Amino acid sequence: MSTVPVGMPLTLAEKLVAKAAGRASVRPGEIVIAKVDLAMIHDSGGPRRVEPMLKELGVGIWDPARVVLVSDHFTPAVDAESAAILDLTRKFARARGVDAFYDMQGICHVVLPERGHLSPGMFVAGGDSHSTTGGAFGAFMIGIGATEMAGVLATGEIWVRVPATIRIEWTGRLGRGLAAKDIMLFLCGRLGMDSANYMAVEYDGEAVRALPMSERMVLANMAAELGAKAGLVAPDQITIDYVAAAGARVGADWRRWHSDPEAGYHIAHRFDAGALAPQVAAPHSPENAADVSAHGEVAIDQAYIGACTGAKLSDLHMAAEVLAGRKVARSVRLLVAPASARTTQAAAADGTLATLTDAGAVLLPSGCGACAGYGAGVLAENEVCISATARNFKGRMGHASARVYLASPFTVAASAVAGRIVDPRPMLAERDARRC
Amino acid sequence: MPAPAPNSGDAALAGGRAWVFGDNVDTDALAPGLYMKGPIGALARHCLEALDPRFAREARPGDVVVAGRNFGMGSSREQAAMALKALGIAAVVAKSFARIFYRNSMNLALPALVCPEAGSIMPGDRLVVRAGEGAVANLTQRKRLACEPIPPHLLAMIADGGLLPHLAKKLRAAEA
Repeated sequence: MSTVPVGMPLTLAEKLVAKAAGRASVRPGEIVIAKVDLAMIHDSGGPRRVEPMLKELGVGIWDPARVVLVSDHFTPAVDAESAAILDLTRKFARARGVDAFYDMQGICHVVLPERGHLSPGMFVAGGDSHSTTGGAFGAFMIGIGATEMAGVLATGEIWVRVPATIRIEWTGRLGRGLAAKDIMLFLCGRLGMDSANYMAVEYDGEAVRALPMSERMVLANMAAELGAKAGLVAPDQITIDYVAAAGARVGADWRRWHSDPEAGYHIAHRFDAGALAPQVAAPHSPENAADVSAHGEVAIDQAYIGACTGAKLSDLHMAAEVLAGRKVARSVRLLVAPASARTTQAAAADGTLATLTDAGAVLLPSGCGACAGYGAGVLAENEVCISATARNFKGRMGHASARVYLASPFTVAASAVAGRIVDPRPMLAERDARRC
Repeated sequence: MPAPAPNSGDAALAGGRAWVFGDNVDTDALAPGLYMKGPIGALARHCLEALDPRFAREARPGDVVVAGRNFGMGSSREQAAMALKALGIAAVVAKSFARIFYRNSMNLALPALVCPEAGSIMPGDRLVVRAGEGAVANLTQRKRLACEPIPPHLLAMIADGGLLPHLAKKLRAAEA
């Protein structure tokens, strides 16, 4: 274990990269070789792409025990092509000795922490852009492409340029009907889609500390939408309780994984969570975010609660709070694709699924699904959708003329009831009043 | 999206034509999810169709994609760079790149050049990209555009034909 010399203040990102590079310290801009503690691959960018490359190189996986494979993009198979990809993925797991293989158990970014594969201090390479999600757990987790991943699987190493860090502090507390998604859409709108390109984003402040892990995962996940290499939340007792309950080993030194008080940031932002209104991002970019009231009357055809960032148990709970005792508008279809099998089980056990389906929601299989235009729930020409997902690029969720608005599960659910995009707070206030 | 101007008619000009795009070109536009299951040749026919339906049909080997800030934002799908390569695109010149696209592109030996003056390039301009020198020659405008130098370890990788051949060479050297 490398130690950090006294008088050398480092950011959390610098500490994590230094550890992986076997160095006492690193400086932003340096290029270092990092040893990978874990590699995550999925059915889309994983076996079907890397297997031919490993064959070409004539090598095996450097350490199959350090690889997690998740089938989530083409699940469940809808045609011969997707069935063949899933079949090839299963065969790869067997042939290459990857025991940590999750076949149709949910979306990789949710399955990884859920099954105890992440803990503070790790350096993880993920074959998906939303791999930044792992940063919620104090791991340095970066997204990479398939050829790069073939290199990681062959060698267990990857080159990285040490990122500068942007610190984003959220003071106060989020109000009723607000969620981590609102924080991230606000940041996309305020800072822009490349504001953190090549950099690490570190979130802190009272509002962040008050969030459960599922909500911190949204902050880390959508750091990708700011262009970030990593999105980090320094671990605290909430992190450690989650990680330990998931069965991961927690290092005795977990308290060292935070930025030093004197660490140098590229820039530091401070925002007041208490002043934040529900955010909605207009087509075709998350950076088109503004207060829900700024968008006017937007009628919708579809409401979608799905994906790694929008359909965890806490997201389904948000939707259920709005939908309890209400019905989805006749003109709208509300589709819900829980993020993982465990999410579905927990939501079935606590009655959340019944609340959603009583309101008229249609349940879809767990997986990346319509978010990336791969699965059920894609949009027709000129249709309008409000979605709890992370991206609304032109053509991503079906027809190129379709218009996708992004919002929190609260706002998506309330809009499904109203038939148009609305602020969820009046519906929640009505419910809260009934309960008093 | 402006289409490339017709050939300037100057037969003496060599180099590829510029296809000019704006800021924040995303990977869903480069490699639409709908076609991700299929082979790269089929996917490439839909490359950037949401922004310019003529691009995939009319791009010719040696042509150059020129863009503004944050080219290739979004997904890690390597098909975004593969599709450009499949169409014969020789290089991408942009004001900046999203980090995963940048790595993917270099790994496939499709040079990605960071060029602060990329905005001066017009659709259809004849360009010669000199990745090793970190420069783009705009033959149409008779101008040399300086680009950020590519780090030496990436230049070596591109010279080998991309990450895979580069790794194969290193593995062979380690065995020898």
